[in-house]
Amino acid sequence: MFRSPFALALLLGTAAAAQQPAPAPQSPPAAAGQQPAGQGDGGLIVDVEGGISAPTPIAIPVMPAAAVVNTPAGSTDALGRQLSDIIANDLRNSGLFTPLSPGQLKSVSFPEVTQPAYDHWRGTQAQALVQGYIRANGDGTLTVGCYLYDVSAQRELARQGFVVPPADWRRAAHKCADTVYSRLTGEGPYFDSRVVYVAETGPKDKRIKRLAIMDQDGANHRFLTNGQSIVLTPRFAPNQQSIVYMSYVGRIPSIYVYDIGSGRQRLVVQNVATTFAPRFSPDGRNILFSMATGGNTDLYRVSSQGGTPTRLTTSPGIDTGGSYSPDGSRIVFESDRSGGQQIYVMNADGSNQQRISFGGGRYATPVWSPRGDLIAFTKLAGNFRIGTMSPSGGGEKLLTNDWSDEGPSWSPNGRAITFYRSGRGSSGKATLWMVDLTGVNERRIPTPLDGSDPAWGPLRP
Amino acid sequence: MAKLKTSLIIATAALAIAACSKKRPEVLPPAPVQNTGDTGPTGPVTPTDGAITPGSDADFKRSVTSNTVLFGLDQYDIDPAARTILDNQAQWLARYPNVRITIEGHCDERGTREYNLALGDRRANAAKNYLAARGVSATRMTTISYGSERPVATGSDDEAYAQNRRAVTIVLG
Repeated sequence: MFRSPFALALLLGTAAAAQQPAPAPQSPPAAAGQQPAGQGDGGLIVDVEGGISAPTPIAIPVMPAAAVVNTPAGSTDALGRQLSDIIANDLRNSGLFTPLSPGQLKSVSFPEVTQPAYDHWRGTQAQALVQGYIRANGDGTLTVGCYLYDVSAQRELARQGFVVPPADWRRAAHKCADTVYSRLTGEGPYFDSRVVYVAETGPKDKRIKRLAIMDQDGANHRFLTNGQSIVLTPRFAPNQQSIVYMSYVGRIPSIYVYDIGSGRQRLVVQNVATTFAPRFSPDGRNILFSMATGGNTDLYRVSSQGGTPTRLTTSPGIDTGGSYSPDGSRIVFESDRSGGQQIYVMNADGSNQQRISFGGGRYATPVWSPRGDLIAFTKLAGNFRIGTMSPSGGGEKLLTNDWSDEGPSWSPNGRAITFYRSGRGSSGKATLWMVDLTGVNERRIPTPLDGSDPAWGPLRP
Repeated sequence: MAKLKTSLIIATAALAIAACSKKRPEVLPPAPVQNTGDTGPTGPVTPTDGAITPGSDADFKRSVTSNTVLFGLDQYDIDPAARTILDNQAQWLARYPNVRITIEGHCDERGTREYNLALGDRRANAAKNYLAARGVSATRMTTISYGSERPVATGSDDEAYAQNRRAVTIVLG
């Protein structure tokens, strides 16, 4: 089992008082930190649907250091500035928050972290206030405290503390942003997560493609393969220790599993046929994929450890792009059995195949939301656009409108979708994007090179 | 696989590539540092002195009407123009019965990535099946789909798309 490098510092009225800034804060009402949004006595709530059009102003002042200490991640006072920047960036990118500009922020002393200057903050536009601190511990770890306050109610809404190795300091900021986002929206967290994708360089007819992995905000970018072979469609294992993808290494295009820890890759299905479009089952035990034999493509399932595949579809058409429902009981996929690409659902054993897309145009690349409530897809009707529909096919909603948007992948909380956008013409530049479920908040994800085939990983443990 | 190894006698660089392609190591060797080739379709090595070996890919390309057949939008049927080209390829292949070929299937960029991989496979197999019907032994032929990964025309217009919807016959040796 994966051991999290993270330890949660219990700041809330426990023996872990040593983690708290001095003087120790007054204990807030026990329920305050646990209370989900939308319940209780009607504190500050951010609406994920309507909130996009009127983002909530939020103040995130620089986090003071308990003491200025040099750490492998930099000095604690520099880290305090960067932590607040990362949190502000995460919250801004959600589209639901407008962080106050640095010029509108006062400096916060260490004792003030738990004693907010409400009088000051009520003079700003901020409705919510995020304060925190950083401390270098004797054992080499860092503690980041994270406190969320309702400015007008003058009330603490949440507090969390995170003990991290210096190399994971950015994750503490993402965890803090997740705490704020979840408490105020009632939605699940998603900032502490990674994206694996295909980094692209070179001319369009000789594109060099490399697997790359990065934090959801583009930081900690790392290449995993060297570009010697074409690689396509990487997707995380649920435990995030490996990635399944398709590679042309060996000249028989096939699916491989890449172990992130060791950097080793192994062929999944020993076969002379082309295998592609892989995705893990939600429990990680199986890999769903497509195999093309003699011009016909069907869906198969194979153990993640390899072995003999089980065939799931038998239509003479192209059946590909399979994706499990979060409970693993059903599969959504695309098939051109009716003439053009359309979306179908079936039971995980291949039974009860039913078409669910009936709008004009073709529908491709279906992906089941981790919440189970929606299917994301690419609609091909002139432009290629990202959209969502219910698993029964209703409620189609198109979220983007550009020449070539393709390949949706869900955020861990099912509130946002990453995809890639290709440019026209001989440059054919591809870039990574994300869009929220309202379609209003569409943002480019920064990458050092061009990028395609993004896959959003689960929330990190 | 045993058949493959025994049937290939001539030792050439191209042969080495083909033989390697059948080995599927469970754990891939460490990645080399340089990006050297293997990023897309390749034919066999052409002699550098300009001489063309009979039965080679260079000889094939020089001798046949075309090594490429084209397909309509979302289509994979062998139309009359493609038939003429493949008939001509089959005649050349009959003269060199020991020569092995691979047929690459390609698509234009106006399709989704995974579907294009499947469609490229359909196109390559359509060409293969036609050649088989014209007497080329199926054991001499392999197929590979590149989807839309390796266009010959890089524009984003109908003319470029038409050129990219193709199946290309490559002589391996």
